[in-house]
Amino acid sequence: MIVDRLDVDPQDFAARTGWTVKPQGACSGDVCVPLPPDVRTADGRLDVAVLSTRLGMPLVHDTDNALWSLGPATVTGRALTNAEAPELVLPDLDGNPFRLSTLQGQKVLLVAWASW
Amino acid sequence: MALDTGGAAAARQWIDLAAPTHPALIDAAHLTDELFGFVNVPNAVWIDETGMIVRPAHPAHIRRAPMLDVEVPEGEGRRNQTLREVKKLRITPDLFLTAVRDWAANGSASRYALTPDQVIARSRPRLPAHAEAAAAFELGQHLWRAGRADDAVGWFRRAHALHPDNWTYKRQAWSFATTEPGQPSDMAQGPTDLYEGNWLADVQRIGAENYYEPFEP
Repeated sequence: MIVDRLDVDPQDFAARTGWTVKPQGACSGDVCVPLPPDVRTADGRLDVAVLSTRLGMPLVHDTDNALWSLGPATVTGRALTNAEAPELVLPDLDGNPFRLSTLQGQKVLLVAWASW
Repeated sequence: MALDTGGAAAARQWIDLAAPTHPALIDAAHLTDELFGFVNVPNAVWIDETGMIVRPAHPAHIRRAPMLDVEVPEGEGRRNQTLREVKKLRITPDLFLTAVRDWAANGSASRYALTPDQVIARSRPRLPAHAEAAAAFELGQHLWRAGRADDAVGWFRRAHALHPDNWTYKRQAWSFATTEPGQPSDMAQGPTDLYEGNWLADVQRIGAENYYEPFEP
């Protein structure tokens, strides 16, 4: 997750990472990681450094471009923390956004390929 | 889904050629590498009607590529060396297709559909170095798409060093260095001044038979 400041909107964080901050902590499916009170900033945003530490999300700083990149969580040691397919919105060839969840009700085989 | 930082420009000719009747999407930011654990292509995940993943990321070949059976000419040039390694690639399209068809017909009763605990346990390992690689690669693709190619290269290199088994990071970055914009992709991805590795050397280092992990029923 690319950020240009070290706090983040909770909804943006949830949408990008799949982790939702609840009273019991940061949760992804049934997995919840307790968070200290100072995860919340005064204006209700989330402290990226605290999230990084508690969820094992590496925080990489590009000083030249004034950007940080927050990597995925490593608390479970696996690429998937739960088996719920994340909400994924990707464009088609014409740039129209397509929401993966619109396919619920059908079996989906999501195949990644590349021109390279 | 095209896993392609080149975006629609890179994917269009292939999607047009295939003329799919299913959604054909573009993941230019490589979000799905991180979300699902894709480390090479083709890779796939299976999602059931309720939105549950029933099989985590795995190689997804649907046919034996003709190049695996090509006769390699005499000589030790780079092209021939590459072809020899390609011929050693281990893929199992028949097994994959059998499994997918069984799932399509039988749904949750298919022996190939995994429980949530199995899906998580069989998803790819994510070490701290892998997660840092993901963060580095995300910076790289972000800067690349913003037109800051020189800045992107350093982050791509770092991702390669942190997660050397992630071929999406390598091949994506190499493609920008070995293929001119608008030209057919240079699949051989030979040595460049920008990156330590290249396809032939890196595959020889791990053994071509290990380039794709086996499909485990």
